[in-house]
Amino acid sequence: MSKPVESLPEVTIRFAGDSGDGMQLVGGELANTSALSGNDIGVFPDYPAEIRAPMGTLPGVSGYQLHFSSFDIHTPGEQYDALIAMNPAALKMNIENLKANGILIANSDAFKDRNLQLAHYDENPLENGSLDKYQLFSVNMTELTSKALEELSLSSKVVDRCKNFFALGMVFWLYNRTMDHAVGLIKAKFSKRPELVDANLLALKGGYSYCEMTEQFATSYEVKPAKLPPGKYRNLTGNTAVALGAIAAGQKSGLPLFLGSYPITPASDILHELSKYKHFDVRTFQAEDEIAAMCSTIGAAYSGALAFTTTSGPGVALKGEAIGLAITTELPMVVCNVQRGGPSTGLPTKTEQADLMQAFYGRNGEAPMPIIAASRPSDCFETIYEAFRLAIKYMTPVMFLSDGYIANGAEPWMVPKVDNLAEIPVAFAKDPESYAPFLRDEKTLARPWAVPGTPGLEHRIGGLEKQADTGNVSSDPRNHEYMTRMRAEKVANIANELPATKIDGADSGDVLVVGWGSTAGAIETAVEHQQARGKSVSRIHIRYLNPLPNDLGKILGNFKHVLVPEMNSGQFVNLLRAKYLVPAIAFGKVQGLPFYSSELEAKIDEILESK
Amino acid sequence: MSTQATVTGSNGPTELKLSKRDFESDQEVRWCPGCGDYSILAQVQRTLPKLNNPKENYVFVSGIGCSSRFPYYMDTYGFHTIHGRAPAIATGVKITNPELSVWVATGDGDALSIGGNHFIHLLRKNLDINLILFNNRIYGLTKGQYSPTSEVGKVTKSTPFGSIDHPFNPVSMAVGAGATFIARAMDRDPAHLQTVIQKAHDHKGTSFVEVFQNCNIFNDGAWAKYTDKQSKPDNVVYLEHGKPLVFGPNREKGIRLDGFKPVVVSLTNGTYSEDDLLIHDEAQPNSTYAYIMSHMMDDPELPVPVGVFRSVEKVCYEDALMGQVEAAKKRFGKPDLQALLESGDTWEVK
Repeated sequence: MSKPVESLPEVTIRFAGDSGDGMQLVGGELANTSALSGNDIGVFPDYPAEIRAPMGTLPGVSGYQLHFSSFDIHTPGEQYDALIAMNPAALKMNIENLKANGILIANSDAFKDRNLQLAHYDENPLENGSLDKYQLFSVNMTELTSKALEELSLSSKVVDRCKNFFALGMVFWLYNRTMDHAVGLIKAKFSKRPELVDANLLALKGGYSYCEMTEQFATSYEVKPAKLPPGKYRNLTGNTAVALGAIAAGQKSGLPLFLGSYPITPASDILHELSKYKHFDVRTFQAEDEIAAMCSTIGAAYSGALAFTTTSGPGVALKGEAIGLAITTELPMVVCNVQRGGPSTGLPTKTEQADLMQAFYGRNGEAPMPIIAASRPSDCFETIYEAFRLAIKYMTPVMFLSDGYIANGAEPWMVPKVDNLAEIPVAFAKDPESYAPFLRDEKTLARPWAVPGTPGLEHRIGGLEKQADTGNVSSDPRNHEYMTRMRAEKVANIANELPATKIDGADSGDVLVVGWGSTAGAIETAVEHQQARGKSVSRIHIRYLNPLPNDLGKILGNFKHVLVPEMNSGQFVNLLRAKYLVPAIAFGKVQGLPFYSSELEAKIDEILESK
Repeated sequence: MSTQATVTGSNGPTELKLSKRDFESDQEVRWCPGCGDYSILAQVQRTLPKLNNPKENYVFVSGIGCSSRFPYYMDTYGFHTIHGRAPAIATGVKITNPELSVWVATGDGDALSIGGNHFIHLLRKNLDINLILFNNRIYGLTKGQYSPTSEVGKVTKSTPFGSIDHPFNPVSMAVGAGATFIARAMDRDPAHLQTVIQKAHDHKGTSFVEVFQNCNIFNDGAWAKYTDKQSKPDNVVYLEHGKPLVFGPNREKGIRLDGFKPVVVSLTNGTYSEDDLLIHDEAQPNSTYAYIMSHMMDDPELPVPVGVFRSVEKVCYEDALMGQVEAAKKRFGKPDLQALLESGDTWEVK
């Protein structure tokens, strides 16, 4: 007899376990399967900085949150409809955000003395009634997995490591997911160890069958496909999108793509990804340190490559002096900062937007550079591509900002047509007659790009101040002021080609929410809700942070209140106040966590009520 | 890249008809009169025309310090960068265009102190880059502090009671870092310096050349023992591949190995002849010998070797990298960006 199926518009689910429990793997697989089923998705992998923190401890808990829906969504969700807790520590760290009457599936085999102690539980929460407000499914997953794998006679250690797929099997049944893609994943992932293919497949199917058979689970759920604009889609993370965007810029510009990088969380995946694509003329160089990564990138730009470096905040700090060199020698390249919690080592695996001032001012002297920020995982593609386009057009290093939240987060991406990507024209200097190293283009103020190997254009550049036009070393006072102004003007001029700022909502009213970077999803959700309630709330989201769009000042002036949420203590808001003299309201969050749309809604309510 | 000239090579009969003057830039040289840097500049400018590279293929990269002004005076492509980082910048240049002849001009502070990390990693990775270390055992541009090659006890502006640091031996460092070409020359021996520069260029892989360079303002005479006519013959031994280590005003002394220790022997008292001496072998695959030679510098009883310590073949980084790029192109065929973007699991929304 088949069990009833209930239809839901959206589901937020969180897998939580030890950092060695494979939560990221099965969470990611549910995300892929959901995307392939046509849902819109948002994901939030949330894991500790330690590779394997002590087992069973609170700091060792690794979480993977997935939001899937039958409509267009912008965030990985807030409170969960379902929580899979593989041990007491995972329960303790995550139960707070499980909705009342939410589904809680706990691996009861892990709720034993030692684990309970490590999670600071005096008694077993599965048995003392403390979880009564949830739909608690206490399942002896370890034992059931072991039974499912009995025939394979594997060591208990190997068997134990398959329980994540048992849990995934249960979730697949619970949300009526097809197992096809997961089966493919298991076969591919463990192709070199056939016994693990069999084991994980048995565990997956075991979890599924268990739910089907047992009376414990009475109802399952389904989430219908979302109505997304027609096209070809794939699921991708922000870091993958950055890698693809860089390759696309390389192909479109016709230049070899050079990446100089030093591994750092959460940016390393871009290096990993790009090192796979050598046949796209991608040359990756894992440098000896952050400084060498930056400097090799400068050397590559000087020699005519599409030059790229990827890092996180601490790396940008080390690169600062070299970025100044790139700015004063006016060479094109992109510096990608996947921001994380700071200062210093900070919160390596957690997200923050606190490097904005560093991007603006983190160098000696007056050293302006264009800064652009991606707003979502998929937006990383277009934004990094734009960063390269600007770098080449204006002969300048460009700072691209992402952060841990969108770098590791994933969502469906409508694959663009290559033919529709903007052109990235490259014109190397060739003519010795008309060439001077710092003779500027009248319109863009860019200097010519003369690469070594070009006959007759031998010239010298460097970090010393240069004479206008000739590029010869000069310490002439007026020349220095002139060159300082030209470098600033060149960057400021980019504003003249920026598109009009898109206002989501009316172009005047009570509240304008101004966001930048990864807060886009939460802000969009919050503003949509406010607008649905008839409130006079609009939003704009700023991709171009330096220079700011020309129409920004006018837009800000049309609203009674300007609210600037950001994952720092108020960096962008201070810029807006200083530049436009508006009493913009700061709303910061520095917890290593993204905003919840509910937090923003509450803040907007507070402002609306205050008037 | 299609934009670069492809004429390279060396040792062949030069058809480019370049002269020293072709390598002199229009910039006024601003080193102190009497500085050893003038000689190094002149020897490089005299050597490059012999190397049969088109002028536009030369790139000189430098860091910060007196020696790092070098690129401004060369009429080639030049990049005066930031302190200590020239090897890293040169690496990006070479990877982007392996056809270029890339040179790094650096000093003892630039290469061994602030840039020590980049220095050893360049040698380890073995890009085909030539690095000339202007070693004057002092910080000149900052006006006279001790450097990582200054001797213990040296009194300078920052060490009024004498330096307490143990100095680096640059050649030993290079051996330790796995350098495939290591040589030493002196500003005061121009002919030999030119030979060494040419050999450094001809070597495929990172070539490290330490040049004893006099700073006549802040450390005058630091190398006088080795460069003055009077004392030089007794204190310098010229290394020549396949030849015995002989020195002295009348070539009357030689070097033998006593275990791992080089010792001076007389060739005039009848005990030893040149046949009994250590025969220099720059091509030894194992670097132990080069390391032993490098330490002769630290023993006041021994003459200091100049010439090529070590010259061995090893795959260059950029060749291996481009090899992978070419292999990937062969394996995966013409790159198809649209196919790449659409790779992985995709689905169609109608």
